[in-house]
Amino acid sequence: MARITVDKACCKGCDICLTVCPKKIFVHSKKRNNYGTNMPDVSGADGCIVCRTCERLCPDGAINVEEEDQT
Amino acid sequence: MNKLYKKYIKTELLPTLFCPGCGNGIIQYAAIDAIDSLGIKDQVACVSGIGCSSWIPCYYKMDVMHTMHGRALAFAQGLKLAQPDKKILVFTGDGDCLAIGGNHLLHASARNIDLTVVMANNYIYGMTGGQKSPSTPKGSITKTTPFGSIDEPIDGCRLAMTMGASYVARWTTAHPVQLAKAIREGMEHRGFSFIEVLCQCPVQAGKGVYGEKEPANILKYYKEHTYQYREGMEIPEGKVRIGTLKHDPAAEEYIQKVEKKLISQGIKRG
Amino acid sequence: MVFPSAGEKRFDMELNASDPKKVVLQGNEACAKGALYAGCRFFAGYPITPSTEIIELMSSEMQKAGGAFIQMEDEIGSACAIIGARWGGKKAMTATSGPGYTLMQEAIGYAAVTETPIVIVNVQRGGPSTGQPTLSSQEDVYQARYGSHGDYGIIVLSPSSVQEMYDFTVRAFELSEQFRTPVILLSDEVVGHMREKITIHDGSKNIKSGTQKFVVSPHADFFQGENSLVEGQLHDEWGRRIGHVAEQSGRFIQNINKKIQDNADRIADIRTYCMEDADIAIVAYGSVARPAANAVKLARGIRDERILPKLKVFRDLVKRGVPATMHTDYSHLKVGLVKINSLWPFPEEELKRSTQNTELIIVPEMNVGKYCREVERVLKDKKVISMPKSGGDIHTPHEILDEILKEAGVNE
Repeated sequence: MARITVDKACCKGCDICLTVCPKKIFVHSKKRNNYGTNMPDVSGADGCIVCRTCERLCPDGAINVEEEDQT
Repeated sequence: MNKLYKKYIKTELLPTLFCPGCGNGIIQYAAIDAIDSLGIKDQVACVSGIGCSSWIPCYYKMDVMHTMHGRALAFAQGLKLAQPDKKILVFTGDGDCLAIGGNHLLHASARNIDLTVVMANNYIYGMTGGQKSPSTPKGSITKTTPFGSIDEPIDGCRLAMTMGASYVARWTTAHPVQLAKAIREGMEHRGFSFIEVLCQCPVQAGKGVYGEKEPANILKYYKEHTYQYREGMEIPEGKVRIGTLKHDPAAEEYIQKVEKKLISQGIKRG
Repeated sequence: MVFPSAGEKRFDMELNASDPKKVVLQGNEACAKGALYAGCRFFAGYPITPSTEIIELMSSEMQKAGGAFIQMEDEIGSACAIIGARWGGKKAMTATSGPGYTLMQEAIGYAAVTETPIVIVNVQRGGPSTGQPTLSSQEDVYQARYGSHGDYGIIVLSPSSVQEMYDFTVRAFELSEQFRTPVILLSDEVVGHMREKITIHDGSKNIKSGTQKFVVSPHADFFQGENSLVEGQLHDEWGRRIGHVAEQSGRFIQNINKKIQDNADRIADIRTYCMEDADIAIVAYGSVARPAANAVKLARGIRDERILPKLKVFRDLVKRGVPATMHTDYSHLKVGLVKINSLWPFPEEELKRSTQNTELIIVPEMNVGKYCREVERVLKDKKVISMPKSGGDIHTPHEILDEILKEAGVNE
């Protein structure tokens, strides 16, 4: 369980997160970031295992993963 | 925005000038992760040369020197000697460090002066539009090798090891945890630390070098085309060795050597 | 040689930090001593004739003074290392000559654009290329000003004696810190290798850093918690690049030029000798100011019978059968010397003022007549005669006097 945000101002739409997430939480969307490309949507954050691979591999620091209390 | 970014990056300068999917951003994160885990932000200064990779530290909320092409190591050595107690993190690229700055790499390695060098190797001159660099693999098509590169690529890690660097590691942007750990180890190590990072340039090196333009696929390529050496294993053909290639904590560091020499001759300082 | 000064003193050296002492030193050694006295605590260098004595002396003295010394792999590295060290909070210097100075140009441009105070000593030798490693020249006078690409302001000082080599090194550190700019000490082989008795001081002088109002770039040293961003691209006061904004970039370039140019009168240092009543002036700098001063003595009839037979004019007169005694006293020739200590920024106003009563200007220099062009530009209404000399030999007083006599029409 985690709260995942993708910053519109940082994201450049490289789609790395889509591939590297082991739970495939990021999906294509029609939303545009400030850079002018398509940014990913977060779907099914419940499945997140907080491995933080997306945080580390996002070249623009756009992704933030906050662990949420299970209770 | 990522919480580490908020803490370490001058957010008013964002977005970074890197192309979408550029590996330099991953190195940028790994380096602040390493600094954060050591908790020594105020004790670190960054020096970089010219090229895409040299823009990595320019966004840091730290003391940063963005210097001349190839000369980052010369500036860093001056800064280190002026402030021997501080840690200097040098960001450089394959063209910056192995071509125009090759001589400084040789001599800084030979001195074993306490610097941590992160060399982002994207196999290409990215900022100028995709020309052959010293590390471009043979046969690659670039803007200046339209018929395929014929030069033997230079291996920065082997060069640094031969010249006497006491910590040498190679990782890729597909190994962000190990990379951050290596940068951390390099900064903890007292001596010349050289960390090469294979770093994707999907725009300039993508098609000609990897035959692949998708950043995520290049990351996959890195995982598939690298290996970590284990005792007795057979060396796989056509793969690049990654991991810690040399770690010699006993090697004497340059400034220590100077101090020792002066003390042994009874020379008072100051 | 002590150059008597008739003009007002533009600055006071304030050499009072410790008791002065008299020593016999070589020019290059005096430069190293001066740097240590000025508080220089970092030296990076690469051996090159004829400046090698500076790096040799620094290799021992810098360590003893508690500073850091490093012999770099080349002059590029040396110039870069001192910039790095200066941002580490240490006053820093390097010394070189001819080809090494050419290699340093890129770093000089970097120091100018990042407004880093550093001192670079160029003990000039004959060029181009490897040229004449062991002989003197003044051929780098333009390179010192315009060597690096792009528009920037820079300060260049030119010593003529061992004492000046010491004093000007101290002055170079003061100016570099005050204006946050690289300062070039443009010496030459003659001054670098001569030995003279000079006054030096122990201890070190407290030179204050940077006057903020001149400075655009970040100016806090590293590790002060200021997050300085030192940037070689055109930048604003936070180090953020502005290269893509034409108007802002233009202002930046204006600023790094104007901070030097607008303060030219504060930087200017001209010393005059026998100029009170002179109508002929020799404008000279560096080692050539020495024979020039002697030429003034000769012309003023400060008699030395041993020298007279060497004069070409004198020999011509004897050949023509003119009794020598009639022409041995040139005391009617009112010749004076204007010695320029601060070559760049060009001391226009000072030069105009000190030569206002003269009509004829002779500019002897050990190159093809470079600095003379600047003198001509400023003194348009006067007859300016260039007296170039190439090949490595310094002008003799007789040559200069012969030129004066020729131009003044004495031998006609």
